[in-house]
Amino acid sequence: MSSAEPALRTDGLTRRFGQTVAVDGVSLEVPTGDILGLIGPDGAGKTTFMRLISGVLVADSGSAIVAGHDVTKDPEAVKRHIGYLPQAFSLYADLSIEENIDFRGDLYLVPRDEVEALKEELLEMTDLLRFRRRLAGRLSGGMKQKVGLICALINRPKVLILDEPTTGVDPISRRDFWRIISQLPDQGVTVVLSSPYMDEAARCKHLVMIGRGRVLAKGTPPELRGRVRGRIVEVLAADVRAATRVLNDLPCVRRITPFGDALHVQIEAGGQEVAIARDALGRIGIGDSAVQEVAPTLEDAFMDILAQEGRVA
Amino acid sequence: MPEDLAIRTEGLTKRFGDFTAVDHIDLKVETGEIFGFLGANGCGKSTTIRMLCGLLAPTEGKAFVAGMDVEREPERIRATIGYVAQFFHLYGDMTVRENMELFGGIYGVPDDELASRIGWWIERLDLTAYRDVLGADLAMGTQRRLSLACAVLHAPKLLLLDEPTSAVDPLARREFFDVIGELQDQGTTVLVTTHVMDEAERCNRLSLMDRGRIRAVGTPAEIKAMSGGRIYSVEVSDLSRALEALEGRRDLRGAQPFGRQVQFQLRDGGQGEADQIAAWLGRQGVECGPASPVRPTIEHTFLSILGSASDGGEGE
Repeated sequence: MSSAEPALRTDGLTRRFGQTVAVDGVSLEVPTGDILGLIGPDGAGKTTFMRLISGVLVADSGSAIVAGHDVTKDPEAVKRHIGYLPQAFSLYADLSIEENIDFRGDLYLVPRDEVEALKEELLEMTDLLRFRRRLAGRLSGGMKQKVGLICALINRPKVLILDEPTTGVDPISRRDFWRIISQLPDQGVTVVLSSPYMDEAARCKHLVMIGRGRVLAKGTPPELRGRVRGRIVEVLAADVRAATRVLNDLPCVRRITPFGDALHVQIEAGGQEVAIARDALGRIGIGDSAVQEVAPTLEDAFMDILAQEGRVA
Repeated sequence: MPEDLAIRTEGLTKRFGDFTAVDHIDLKVETGEIFGFLGANGCGKSTTIRMLCGLLAPTEGKAFVAGMDVEREPERIRATIGYVAQFFHLYGDMTVRENMELFGGIYGVPDDELASRIGWWIERLDLTAYRDVLGADLAMGTQRRLSLACAVLHAPKLLLLDEPTSAVDPLARREFFDVIGELQDQGTTVLVTTHVMDEAERCNRLSLMDRGRIRAVGTPAEIKAMSGGRIYSVEVSDLSRALEALEGRRDLRGAQPFGRQVQFQLRDGGQGEADQIAAWLGRQGVECGPASPVRPTIEHTFLSILGSASDGGEGE
């Protein structure tokens, strides 16, 4: 595959379930070596999209070229060149970590010596070497997900598709997980993953936000953050409720979000409105030092893009 | 008896055969607070919660809920707490309303109040459209809202939530925490486990658990201050090489990939030291932008306290 050719290209990809259009004319291009994060509300169509590009589900219309093969024409060729980790995957509970990986390698007809070498490397990177003989049925959630990732990588896929791979996974296992994912682009592997966590989405190179089956926004994480309207002000208040009451009365305040001991306040337009908010807070004893403008987070962007689409009041 | 504490444990311990799941923990949760009970997968959080509910007997030690000994007064305790387990534990072949009626009945909600409480929670948790849908047919996020509804019908003083929002989108998660905040306003104490650090930020206090032991307790600000060493971020040309190079340095506590950037944590020093590390990366042949400071998060502390010690543990 030439580097100019994208690892994934979809054109008007569409899939209906009865009356519901789960994926509605999605056209995307993902360059080789990208880490693309799919974000969006529950039920937006992320999982269906991933199943379509994995060849697990057949599209009603549109096309998808994945790792150089047309999914609609030759799904089996696509399956050979991808790794797909669905949300609910299962390992053989009565086989060890290692046996699960070996078995997966056999299914994909990977030569045993290649499986061995790759397995050692991946077990080491995920801190699982010590547990290689533990039965899969006795693994914690984080370990299971890591083994799932190794299984999805054992055929050296060109495109790796991961559906919410770190849900329910603790930060330590998540770090191990990302240690692998981040290095895949250097090896020419393209990653497409979905995540409900915005701090995790921030680790992707590009993001696509999907809602009701359609693409609502795409860009790098900083580009999406730049889509937030107005400004975000962080307010440190001993009495959060009093501060919320005062801010709620201001017409320029779009949204107030509690964030730890602070409030994140989205304010329409520019500097003058921020000054109005400062004045109002000053009157209840919240001084200027407790009010500062901060850069919008991806979560701010998520909420605001949905609001722009009329999904949230 | 310190009745002012919602939860108090003394040397609480649970062993399964040779494996010590919970190892002499002393936990104090104040009445009316939202307490984040954090820790790695398999570290003993769920086991602790099950002991607090009276579902599992401790091997050693004591646990008190609102001053009552969980082993001596299991029935009174059950009426005092609401528990949402990590996985959907309701009846798939019963509708949303039927599940709520059943749980209300089990928890002894008076008949003349049950209908109005169910109605109130159905509306508050946006379950109106699903009233007559079977539990098994609900999407994950909706199942979680139903689990919460069933756990709060009897107006418990203490709510125990075991990963209530995993696999739930940011919008729904935010709404979930708004409801938890309202329950707190009404005097409910909430203990919640989560792996999502922005949720941990919304707790009044947190604990970090590791292999059966509590390793740190504090407010989110106190926990962040424990991250130990300043954190900087640099954009790099070659992520793998940068990581490999940085991980070999003894003066760093760790390095992590982040998009096109690498975040590293110093053991000592500040901007000057970070600039030197960026320059050093350049000499290693890794093209590298300037080092910019990163605000520590709870996740940084989590990784620096528990990161090196994790052994994965057993499945819970």
